[in-house]
Amino acid sequence: MQPRFLRGFWKLTWVETKIFTREPMGFVGTLVMPVVLFIVLGRAFGSAKPVNMTQVEIPFNAAILAAVLIAISAVQSLVAIISIYREGGILKRLRATPLSPVTILGAHVVVKLIFTVMSLALLLLAGRRLFPGVMQVNVFSFTVAVLLSTLSILSLGFVIASVVPTARFAGLVSGATLYPMLALSGLFFPVDRLPRALKALAYLLPTTHAVALLDGVWDGSGWGAHWVDVAALLVLFAAYTALSTKVFRWE
Amino acid sequence: MKPVISVSNLGKRYGRVVAVDDVSLEVFEGEIFGLIGPNGAGKTTTMECVEGNRVPEKGTISVLGLDPRRDANALRQRIGVQQQEAHLQKRIKVWEAVDLWRSLYTRVVDTDALLARLGLEAKRNAWFMTLSGGQKQRLFIALALIHEPEVVFLDELTTGLDPQARRTIWDLVTGIRDRGTTVFLTTHLMEEAERLCDRVAIIEHGRLIEVGTPDELVRKHCPEQTVVFTSDDADVAARMQTLGVVERAEGSAGTYTIRGAGDDFVTEVINFIAREGIRVRGFRTEMPTLEDVFLKLTGHGIRD
Repeated sequence: MQPRFLRGFWKLTWVETKIFTREPMGFVGTLVMPVVLFIVLGRAFGSAKPVNMTQVEIPFNAAILAAVLIAISAVQSLVAIISIYREGGILKRLRATPLSPVTILGAHVVVKLIFTVMSLALLLLAGRRLFPGVMQVNVFSFTVAVLLSTLSILSLGFVIASVVPTARFAGLVSGATLYPMLALSGLFFPVDRLPRALKALAYLLPTTHAVALLDGVWDGSGWGAHWVDVAALLVLFAAYTALSTKVFRWE
Repeated sequence: MKPVISVSNLGKRYGRVVAVDDVSLEVFEGEIFGLIGPNGAGKTTTMECVEGNRVPEKGTISVLGLDPRRDANALRQRIGVQQQEAHLQKRIKVWEAVDLWRSLYTRVVDTDALLARLGLEAKRNAWFMTLSGGQKQRLFIALALIHEPEVVFLDELTTGLDPQARRTIWDLVTGIRDRGTTVFLTTHLMEEAERLCDRVAIIEHGRLIEVGTPDELVRKHCPEQTVVFTSDDADVAARMQTLGVVERAEGSAGTYTIRGAGDDFVTEVINFIAREGIRVRGFRTEMPTLEDVFLKLTGHGIRD
């Protein structure tokens, strides 16, 4: 006997994957936009043969910015889909079937993770071609770190998706929530220099720990040195998931 | 007949608004049972509680001997649900939806035959968003029938459809009943209830006010019938007034309107016309409908 959440899980995941590729805006937007931004920034700041993107030519690491943007656009797309599905009664219809609630939402998470990996692959390929010698990162570690970050930010996405009243506001609210998180993430200036209140807030946001972890993996300092960030991402994932199961609305 | 659904003293509030107030009803095996009433009367809430898709506040519900909340997983394999104003993913193909639903149930019918029966075989590869209103509803019926359920719930099935699509759906629903499946539906269309339902329950402001076959309810609450005929003969109204079954006869040479009650009313009028040799150019009867019953019981029309 298969566990109940597996009933229809892969079929639903596959259907949702196909549906996502049929939506040109969402598909191209989430898959390609962060990579394009990375190339533009990389060229603008590092056109003169960048030796080390992290320290010299660019005031921040464009690759890490792009990786976090991949995660954020996945979350934005998730919030949009969930709110459209709720408003259209699709969530309600799916819930009246033997599908378990975990399956209905979990399929979307898996779809987002699949496209995150694809977008990341594009990013690394583009980086290797356009900035040779710079992208020396361990691909496997970096991918795992991005997936963990995405998962943690996705759980916050479910909280946002729970409070967004209509599909029309979904893009607005998620954009207004997710992008400012980048400013506090430590990507542009160190978290330690933030005022006390903002600093406390920054540590409650998954992006901060995501940037710290990705920075570490990029430097090659390994997972052991960043177990605090890994733990923080997992704790935030658990906390936001628990919160969203309390506040999530199906209709 | 044994009840497949029994509801007793069901109650549900949304905040301070009472949606369903002390509703009790039984639905029997193999019948089409209709919950009828205006929008906001509590039809959908009642139905969703019975399906197990909404948590009731008070009362007990049994469907096929199961508790819709406690035994939700077992029950979902045995009931089919079509929701009011439901949607699927805009860009899901018809066959993908059918295929997904197939994978969720332990027992499934031949889906090709099902799609053919519902006239959807040509739309297999169409996106949901490109289907017409009638096609969408037929797809939802297909999804509700895919696992050969014992009871089907249909909530406002034809709302927003044009008359032709509506008639197609009506034929499908009687077909479902004729194959032995019990049908529980809601509608605010009295014509639909009259055409489809073996029994109806009238609900208003969350309370059931009457249950019975459409015919029973009409006879009980609106026994008055009307015969209208055209004749050039003079003085017919006054002569008709002598008939026992006639309550009121009006009109003069031209059009006569005769009102009365009782099962023999129309026969008596016809016999009288024949006996008296009255020359009639036109003749019609006006029978009360469920719409009239509703008006009588609630003091207002259903579309108010």
